[in-house]
Amino acid sequence: MQTRKAAIIFAVLLGAMLGLSLFTFNYAEGFSYFSTDPMACKNCHIMNEQYDSWLKGPHHGAAKCVDCHLPHEFVPKYIAKAENGYHHSKGFTFMDFHEPIMIKPHNAAILQDSCVRCHGEFVHELVYGSRQVSQEAVQCVHCHRGVGHGARG
Amino acid sequence: MAEEQAGSETTKSRGVPWGAFVTILVLCAVLTFGLAWFLTTIFQRKMEAKNPYVRLVDVTENTTDPAVWGTNWPREYDSYQRTVDVTRTRYGGSEAIPQEKLDRDPWLKKLFAGYAFSIDYRDRRGHAYMLADQEATERVTQKPQPGACLHCHASIIPTYRRVGLATMKGVPATGPSAQQIDLPNSFEWPAVMKGFEVISAMSYTGAHAELLRTPDGTPHETTPGPGGSSVTNTTPANTTGAKPGGPTTQEALAQQKHVGEAHPVSCVDCHDPKNMELRVTRPGFVTGIRRLAESDAPVPHLASIERWRRGNRKQPYDPNVDASRQEMRSYVCGQCHVEYYCGPKETLLFPWGKGLRADDIEAFWDEHKFSSGEQFYDWQHGITGAHTLKAQHPEFETWSQGVHARSGVACADCHMPYKREGALKVSDHWVRSPLLMVNRSCQVCHPYEENELKARVYTIQDRTAKQIDRAGKALDDMINAIVTAKGGGATPQQLAPALDLQRKGQWRLDFVYAENSMGFHADQETARVLGEAIDYMRQAQIVAQNLHVTPIKNPTTFPTTPVQGVTPTENAPPAPYKTEQNGQPVR
Repeated sequence: MQTRKAAIIFAVLLGAMLGLSLFTFNYAEGFSYFSTDPMACKNCHIMNEQYDSWLKGPHHGAAKCVDCHLPHEFVPKYIAKAENGYHHSKGFTFMDFHEPIMIKPHNAAILQDSCVRCHGEFVHELVYGSRQVSQEAVQCVHCHRGVGHGARG
Repeated sequence: MAEEQAGSETTKSRGVPWGAFVTILVLCAVLTFGLAWFLTTIFQRKMEAKNPYVRLVDVTENTTDPAVWGTNWPREYDSYQRTVDVTRTRYGGSEAIPQEKLDRDPWLKKLFAGYAFSIDYRDRRGHAYMLADQEATERVTQKPQPGACLHCHASIIPTYRRVGLATMKGVPATGPSAQQIDLPNSFEWPAVMKGFEVISAMSYTGAHAELLRTPDGTPHETTPGPGGSSVTNTTPANTTGAKPGGPTTQEALAQQKHVGEAHPVSCVDCHDPKNMELRVTRPGFVTGIRRLAESDAPVPHLASIERWRRGNRKQPYDPNVDASRQEMRSYVCGQCHVEYYCGPKETLLFPWGKGLRADDIEAFWDEHKFSSGEQFYDWQHGITGAHTLKAQHPEFETWSQGVHARSGVACADCHMPYKREGALKVSDHWVRSPLLMVNRSCQVCHPYEENELKARVYTIQDRTAKQIDRAGKALDDMINAIVTAKGGGATPQQLAPALDLQRKGQWRLDFVYAENSMGFHADQETARVLGEAIDYMRQAQIVAQNLHVTPIKNPTTFPTTPVQGVTPTENAPPAPYKTEQNGQPVR
């Protein structure tokens, strides 16, 4: 009997926690992060400028946020989503991030990959070896800074 | 028995694992606690994004007390109050006391000889102190100053409105017998202009008393604003500038009867109380920028003026109607951070009728005449007797010559950059040097690390400072040469060209020195102006020295090598050379 009682209490508590988790997840629009909708990227308003300038930017018709900022293979894509999701929620909850926000080297490499994915045919001589982010590498966005969004020039 | 034993063993092994149970319970409790907290922060962020502000109290055109506005806009008010804090960069500080510019750069005393600035001239401090410092400076306490000074050092528009309306109605407007009239909650430009004229012509103390006869929006409360400048002779209790042994602000307030308090620049000076839109309120700026619009000086960085010039010009240029929001983010600062005349001989005047450069303004002053018909000058130099000009912090003018203005960057972009508070973006009202917040001011456009950006700024400032030192030396030599010539019996006619050059030279040096960016607002323009300053002052020195140099009696010739040129004639392109093409010089 004691075991049953304990199990019930345990189940109730665990259920309550699970319910609260699901509510929080839904309230924080967690499901939107499985979509490719750019609106999801400005859920927390930090990316408003990037979103607004993307709307008016030259790549608006060709690419959404995820097309450039995430790998296109399934597993790396979800690893990148999880990693960025963690950093973003941590930053926005504790408000401890650097302003203005700046891309991390790993994400810059993903971005460079995305440039080359579409434009590689034209530029393969130029960007040979540039997938490694290093001082010497040529990064497309170093010069073409406003192609995606203009918030940073 | 064996069965029983086995059964009891089973019971034992299937018994409640209290240890694990409690562990999981505590773990779940901690996780749930964290989850609930997380949920509330998400809720908070969502609310922040939804409600930019809630209007809890009403603010009107006559609410100069910023604390009332602070009830509705606490974030902006919080940062506004921070202007009491001491900040320091390499070339700018906010510890006006005891930092005395006159001790740091002794040539300033020669520059301003015979003028109030030779008595007391200190580093600037934060906005909160603008009124308290003005009340305390020996330029005001030892020399009589006009009421026009308060145009920029106090939140004075309701006072202009009150005095203007009363004057227009013909009732006693100023002094102890001034009649209190109902102040409308609308701007009333004609009345403000009228009040501006009346107040500007009063004495400083008289005008200051009018501030205290005007309601400030908090009739039953006498807490001074940040910086504590509510009454004349106040001793700010919360500042580094407090005089030891002096009365506290509260004591000083208790001694003084007044209707309202006097406040330094306040919310209502730049914001429309109806909708918080930016607007300009200072009569000096409104007439000055109109004068600029009506000139043909190029102003590529002020697109609305160029557009107005192309229009039919039936209505005069009105910054509150014609200017873009981005321009307003500089105009509100340009209401005060400018060159002006506010002396006793005529009403406050912004000299923009020929453009915004140092030479344009000089040309304007050179043509300008007092009502007596005399050529304009600020003061007669105490040592040489030259009729000299004083430059007042021409930040707006200098910014106008720089690459940032040309790129559409407003004052507020760097000095009041956006900061994030939760999901809200707030313009920082703690107006200060961008060097103290490089990430929010510079890095938004320049994606390089902070130290690199600071190094770029300091490169410009160090060069400017070195050049100023040279100009200071030139000033010293010039004054000495003129003094020697004058002492040697040179006539006023003989000295006139030197004094004229002195006026030109020291105007330019002062234009750069009084400007608060050590060259950064427009580095090349600043270098140009300083180059001219040094040139004019050395010319003045040569003219003065020539007056007492004995001419060479028997000049002799000596062999010289003539200039040959570098290109052999047969290889040179055929002459004659064009020096001009389509009106442009060919180099």
